[in-house]
Amino acid sequence: MTKLGSRIFSRLVIIVPYAWLLFFFLIPFVIVFRISLSTTAIAQPPYEPVFRLADGLAGIIDNIRQLSFDNFVWLTEDALYINAYLSSLKIAGISTFLTLLIAYPIAYGMAQAPRTWRPTLLMLVILPFWTSFLIRVYAWIAILKPEGLLNQLLISAGLINEPLIILNTNWAIYIGIVYSYLPFMILPIYSALEKMDHSLIEAAEDLGCPPISAFWKVTFPLSLAGVVAGCMLVFIPAVGEFVIPDLLGGSQTLMIGKTLWTEFNANRDWPVSAAVATVLLLILVVPIVFFQNMQAKAEERGK
Amino acid sequence: MTRWSRFNIISVALGFAFLYLPIVLLVVFSFNESRLVTVWAGFSTKWYVALFNNQGLMDAAWVTIRVALLSATVATVLGTMAALSLVRFTRFRGRMLFSGMVYAPLVMPEVITGLSLLLLFVAIGFDRGFWTVTLAHITLTMCFVAVVVQSRLLSFDRSVEEAALDLGATPLRTFFEVTLPIIAPAVFSGWVLAFTLSLDDLVIASFTSGPGATTLPMKIYSQVRLGVTPEINAACTLLIALVTVGVIIASIVTKRRELQRQRDEHAAFAGR
Repeated sequence: MTKLGSRIFSRLVIIVPYAWLLFFFLIPFVIVFRISLSTTAIAQPPYEPVFRLADGLAGIIDNIRQLSFDNFVWLTEDALYINAYLSSLKIAGISTFLTLLIAYPIAYGMAQAPRTWRPTLLMLVILPFWTSFLIRVYAWIAILKPEGLLNQLLISAGLINEPLIILNTNWAIYIGIVYSYLPFMILPIYSALEKMDHSLIEAAEDLGCPPISAFWKVTFPLSLAGVVAGCMLVFIPAVGEFVIPDLLGGSQTLMIGKTLWTEFNANRDWPVSAAVATVLLLILVVPIVFFQNMQAKAEERGK
Repeated sequence: MTRWSRFNIISVALGFAFLYLPIVLLVVFSFNESRLVTVWAGFSTKWYVALFNNQGLMDAAWVTIRVALLSATVATVLGTMAALSLVRFTRFRGRMLFSGMVYAPLVMPEVITGLSLLLLFVAIGFDRGFWTVTLAHITLTMCFVAVVVQSRLLSFDRSVEEAALDLGATPLRTFFEVTLPIIAPAVFSGWVLAFTLSLDDLVIASFTSGPGATTLPMKIYSQVRLGVTPEINAACTLLIALVTVGVIIASIVTKRRELQRQRDEHAAFAGR
């Protein structure tokens, strides 16, 4: 093969995935933004104006004049949307915190386990992640129902007399998010803790530091990168979560992912759902960019 | 003092109980005689029989498997290329944007990805169906493949590649005869990950699918909304079994490969 051929090969390796992501990931966002400026129409597609090359330059300019920010104004005027955004952020925040509380001791225990066990423990954390998200959420319905397994257990143990109402409340959503996203929190914390040099703790303890303050002064700060990565991996997707609030939450649960879905599938209002998606993306851009910078830094360190 | 203290054992054990109990209960109740999924009434496999006679579910399963096979394969090729570009070419125009586009889909809420892809397909006048779901799944899963392969490439000893190049092999040949065999386990686990992600996906498939291309998660979702039934438990159990077997095979293959590689390296050093 010629030198030219190998240069083409290395160019292709970059260009093909680059072009694919530009076309199927970036351009769609431009289209979402454009449709969020349109108005609903009873037509196919159900919005206007529709840009057509056949209209010529004058037609396109005319179409641009028809675009407006009305949908965004509408989002700020209707309390439903603002409440849905705020309650999504609140639910995602609380769930992320609960996930951290549960994941940290597990990751810590795993990192302390005998070296030969660790690959197996790691595999056991990853395995549920491979089973369907939908199935894992579905499994909780039978557990949390008023006549479900949890209530049967608690009543037969004599702990409660009346069944607890958990399903269709925010608690069910917290449980669902913690359960579904737990591996995403355990893995980065575990990998941070596993790399930790244990002699640092021994040094702190030898110098008379009680174990608890040794944990807060040495172990926890060293695992902070893993904690932050885990929180990002849980918080960002949880804000836009649809399946969990839909199956476990109640009718009064407001989450923006569900609002977007309803707006799109039930109300068939494409421009408003595009506006909802645009605002959600703007809210999440800061944590996403933060997450990417962390990934890039981790990649640098890996070299 | 042992570091593997009682507190650590208890927290790990409770954590695993929490992770696995719901799945175990789901599997157990798929063998329940009664229609109720919360009261045990004896062992039965009748829900599996009912499942195989449910033409709608079977059709959906077939669509899902075809989408998953095709999208995982294309995504593995594209994802491996993306990983190579990110690791091997540290400077090219728009690299920041590129790495951004690779990492963003990992955390992007699915409703946004699904809606934006749907609007793209409508804008270019692409009829929704099997192909649109497949294209959407390729886009999502190639990023996961890229991350898996990238982590392998980062720990890669480049001197073997340089040796091949010094001996006159072309970059293309070096890639297929040196690089690819070494990163093959990571490429393979990337494929398995892409396959299961595609098998699982509900939200993106719902947005991008059209008539005649209902996937299994879409079918399960529409039935779950009507109520929890042992038949769905049976369908879920089969999916779990499929994925578990796949993951176990993948890990055995990876382990064998790793052992083989170590043996080869030992042999190479011994022969020197």
